[in-house]
Amino acid sequence: MCGIVGLFLKDRSLEPKLGAMLSEMLVSLSDRGPDSAGIAIYGEERDGFGKITVQSPEPGKDFRALEADLSGETGVPVKVTVRSTHAVIELPLDRIEEARSALARLRPGMRIMGTGQVVEIYKEVGRPEEVADRFALAGMRGSHGIGHTRMATESAVTTMGAHPFSTGADQCLVHNGSLSNHNNVRRELVREGMTFETENDTEVAAAYLTSQMAHGKDLGASLEGALEDLDGFFTFVVGTRNGFGVVRDPIACKPAVLAETDQYVAFGSEYRALAGLPGIDQAKVWEPEPSTVYFWEH
Amino acid sequence: MHAPNLAEASYTQVVDLSKTSVRELNQALHDLHPGSNHTAWDVLNPGGNHALAAGVEQPVGIDVRGSVGYYCGGMNQNAAITIHGSAGPGVGENMMSGSIVVKGDASQYAGATGRGGLLVIEGNASSRCGISMKGIDIVVFGNIGHMSAFMAQSGNLVVLGDAGDALGDSIYEARLFVRGAVKSLGADCIAKEMRPEHLTLLQDLLDRSGVRGVKPEEFKRYGSARQLYNFNIDNADAY
Repeated sequence: MCGIVGLFLKDRSLEPKLGAMLSEMLVSLSDRGPDSAGIAIYGEERDGFGKITVQSPEPGKDFRALEADLSGETGVPVKVTVRSTHAVIELPLDRIEEARSALARLRPGMRIMGTGQVVEIYKEVGRPEEVADRFALAGMRGSHGIGHTRMATESAVTTMGAHPFSTGADQCLVHNGSLSNHNNVRRELVREGMTFETENDTEVAAAYLTSQMAHGKDLGASLEGALEDLDGFFTFVVGTRNGFGVVRDPIACKPAVLAETDQYVAFGSEYRALAGLPGIDQAKVWEPEPSTVYFWEH
Repeated sequence: MHAPNLAEASYTQVVDLSKTSVRELNQALHDLHPGSNHTAWDVLNPGGNHALAAGVEQPVGIDVRGSVGYYCGGMNQNAAITIHGSAGPGVGENMMSGSIVVKGDASQYAGATGRGGLLVIEGNASSRCGISMKGIDIVVFGNIGHMSAFMAQSGNLVVLGDAGDALGDSIYEARLFVRGAVKSLGADCIAKEMRPEHLTLLQDLLDRSGVRGVKPEEFKRYGSARQLYNFNIDNADAY
């Protein structure tokens, strides 16, 4: 099981509604994955600034005075916006790596969900509706976003085991399925110098794409590579800073529906997730073909 | 006072799924008794919901006005169901009799394990169409995806367009008729001679599905080479 949704806006006038549209899509697939839920949202971009999304099991303790502590440690002003168990730290883009290591020293209990210029990642254990409410997803704006409702199979029901997985700046991936060669691929990526937070198969797929893109491939070519190198069942939906991609394995038993209008491209594990979108009756609606890469870029 | 010439439409039961649950709809359809006046049903706002009109036993007409999710019309007996939209996975799964018409496309495993009746898909059907079919007739106006008619046992699958990879893999005695290209045949599935009885059968299926202007001679027939399973000619009548 598991449910995936994705929304890539072409019409900028819909950007203030992205969070509302995406959370409605996510909640409609609750019975495909009641264990946990998550969303990656490509929000506002400030020139020269980046974002680190962090999560804490003790938000009251960890987030208090985080702004002052991190500013003191890095010597630059930072802005912290708290949403429940997550916080988004905004700071100059060129200080992200430095801030990452500072955070490990200052708040060892805190975990980094993702970094980049635009992406913010929120994920927690619980029913999708609860997760969406907890982070007030409906109020978020952005250009594109992806979401996931999880029915765990390959690893434990934990915050870190929830999707999306982000293994590179502004990159994220959600997955319906299970990979069978993830241990091998993980070992190869570790040899390249990549590090992993979990035992989860999906994190390996995300890291694989990050590695492909780090070697200079674009999103489309990286997804073509995934068809060659990853074995198992998968429907992946992937986000990058300005792109949105979909690919299914050759057997394609994990369901997938795409819809496209002049205003948006939308993905749902089922049509149910798309039924409430504006203009869906006139949209081009189709099932992505197996072993075929689809991607859109702004 | 009785109004004998009341328009037939006034007997139509209208169920709006934005106000009524799928459970209530299905229960009402299951509660129909033979001879009920409620022979026409209009289902509004299906919204991709699952198992709409599954397990109906009475010969009623059901028009679903929109797209549906998993297993619409599953286990159908006698009902004539029309989906004015596209269907999710498993439309008409294990259908016994009656008919289902999908005006749009159908997702994976349409008509899987179906034992009887007629399933018409006016758009395309995706992978595993007619998997393990056991007597159902399936007519697809467009194309079908990979692994269709996998382990198909009996019945007829008619495709006006093309078929994907591994058509009829491990097939038993179902008949496959494809008008377009077949990307590849599965294990033990071969092209077969089109004999007069097949042309007659195909013409009847095309007529019953509302297909006009297409001749049975335009199709090729595919079926089992009977090398993979133990075919015994004495059992041929059982299929």
